[in-house]
Amino acid sequence: MKNAVSRYLLLPAALVGSLSLFALRPEERVVADANNAGLKLPEGFGALVVAETGGRARHIATTPQGTIFVKLNRPNASGNGILMLRPSAGGKAEVVSGFGKYGGTGVVAKNGYLYASSDQEVFRYKLNEKGEVTNPDKPEKIVTGLINRRQHESKSIVLDNDGNLYVNIGAYSNSCQVNDRQKGSLGIPNCPILDSAGGIWQFRVDKLNQSYSNGTRYATGLRNVVGLDWSPQANQLFVMQHGRDQLHDIFPAMYDTKQSAELPAECMYALKKGDNAGWPYMYYDGLQKKKMQAPEYGGDGKKEATGNFIDPVAAYPAHTAPNALLFYTGTMFPEKYRNGAFIAFHGSWNRTPEPQKGYYVVFQPFKDGKPSGDWEVFADNFAGDAAKAAAGRPDHKPCGLAQGPDGSLYITDDKKGTVYRIVYNKK
Amino acid sequence: MASTKLIIAALGLLAVGATSAAAQQKPAVKAKSTATKAKPAGATVSAATLAAGKTVYTQNCLTCHMADGGGVETMNPPLGKTTWVLGDKTRLVKVLLNGLEDVEIDGEEYRNVMPAQPHLTDQQIADVLTYVRNSFGNKASAVTPAEVKAIRAANKK
Repeated sequence: MKNAVSRYLLLPAALVGSLSLFALRPEERVVADANNAGLKLPEGFGALVVAETGGRARHIATTPQGTIFVKLNRPNASGNGILMLRPSAGGKAEVVSGFGKYGGTGVVAKNGYLYASSDQEVFRYKLNEKGEVTNPDKPEKIVTGLINRRQHESKSIVLDNDGNLYVNIGAYSNSCQVNDRQKGSLGIPNCPILDSAGGIWQFRVDKLNQSYSNGTRYATGLRNVVGLDWSPQANQLFVMQHGRDQLHDIFPAMYDTKQSAELPAECMYALKKGDNAGWPYMYYDGLQKKKMQAPEYGGDGKKEATGNFIDPVAAYPAHTAPNALLFYTGTMFPEKYRNGAFIAFHGSWNRTPEPQKGYYVVFQPFKDGKPSGDWEVFADNFAGDAAKAAAGRPDHKPCGLAQGPDGSLYITDDKKGTVYRIVYNKK
Repeated sequence: MASTKLIIAALGLLAVGATSAAAQQKPAVKAKSTATKAKPAGATVSAATLAAGKTVYTQNCLTCHMADGGGVETMNPPLGKTTWVLGDKTRLVKVLLNGLEDVEIDGEEYRNVMPAQPHLTDQQIADVLTYVRNSFGNKASAVTPAEVKAIRAANKK
């Protein structure tokens, strides 16, 4: 009798004990939302809303310990441009602090440091053994003085494995016209923008106050790159270019509205030092699979480009705005995803009168470090429904991608500030 | 009895809410329309002018400002109920004549340039601005070709 009573008394204690074990390891139990956070996913995948940041959440980074950092396009009401989130129950996360009094896009965690960019500078913060920033008010400024003339302002960043930092410096122009976006205005000869923008610049990760004179123009002729990543398999930089806008608006005699909506392709490039992707002199026609001379520089919609310009390694629908690229190296997702690339397409605005497009995350299969096979839409319906997507009035716009330590895929949205997490839960 | 009272109280609250919201909005609208010193707007704008304006809009403005006039967040400003569209006509006409860049609009920054539209005639500028001032929830006086002509003449240095 006495024994039986004490047995019953022990039972709740054991329950509490096991519950607290779960509480200590919240990462272990990831619960997808009943509606998969409103997303459409392949079979076996689930999604949850990890957090609502309420800010324009651009890029996102995770540490091996599971800390999440989100870069906001402009500082929130508390004046913070970077949010730190810690894992909480059910696979969600909560914002525990904010720092970095600047807006921007880029954020990367690597080798014990957090790197983040404003629209002119790149900073780095030391991470402690918990993967948290300990000196939020005293970062090292490693790059400064980058050009920012509002248009294509995002300084997206990525690191290689040899101590180099790559920074996109977008062209402050659509197509280097004498008068930007003006009907019939021609291109400026030897486009001067390319001296300080329209390419990828390389710096060292550990030197202070570097600017143009200390960096290298690693690749040029790239109008604007927001999504970029270092391929561990190819040991090479891959970038997603935002192709030029408004062929019909500027040259209505050469392009109709349908051509203007479908040209040019959004392109993936595999870069080597010294490469030139051809902006503003050419654009890539994804339908004909040809490099075409830009109408601002003597093109007529039919003339192929002349010049020593690299080819893209993959092409995607026009104007859909690839804002993040991530090579997937995790083991949570099925084998076919390993070493392939996820691409977040922010969605179009200049396809009118054709329906707008994008607002999805695409998977691009890779083999031996090169795109291999057709891309497919992986996570869809960030817009909310087809009508909102077609009208260019989506609920959410996917903008950043990161891989969690368990192989989850994190996605940020810069319209409402939602942070999503996609998991594979099929046994 | 008690529940009826509650319903009445709730209705009363709703009515208070509605009138206070209306009271908050009214002065702003009034201020805008008096600033443009408009005659009653609808009376002066013909369907033909609106149709002509819509054609100019479709060919020159639609891509960036979009079909609903809502623009594109952070890039191209909206045209509905902004001081730039409903306010001073001279400033508005000059946006089309000279373009616009690096201007904060109603507290938001927009990163794309507004290109100048020198290819548009006085009539086309008048039509499209009249259309914009009477679409997307806007209601304001027409812009006339004579006004555009005078502003264009003064705009040349």
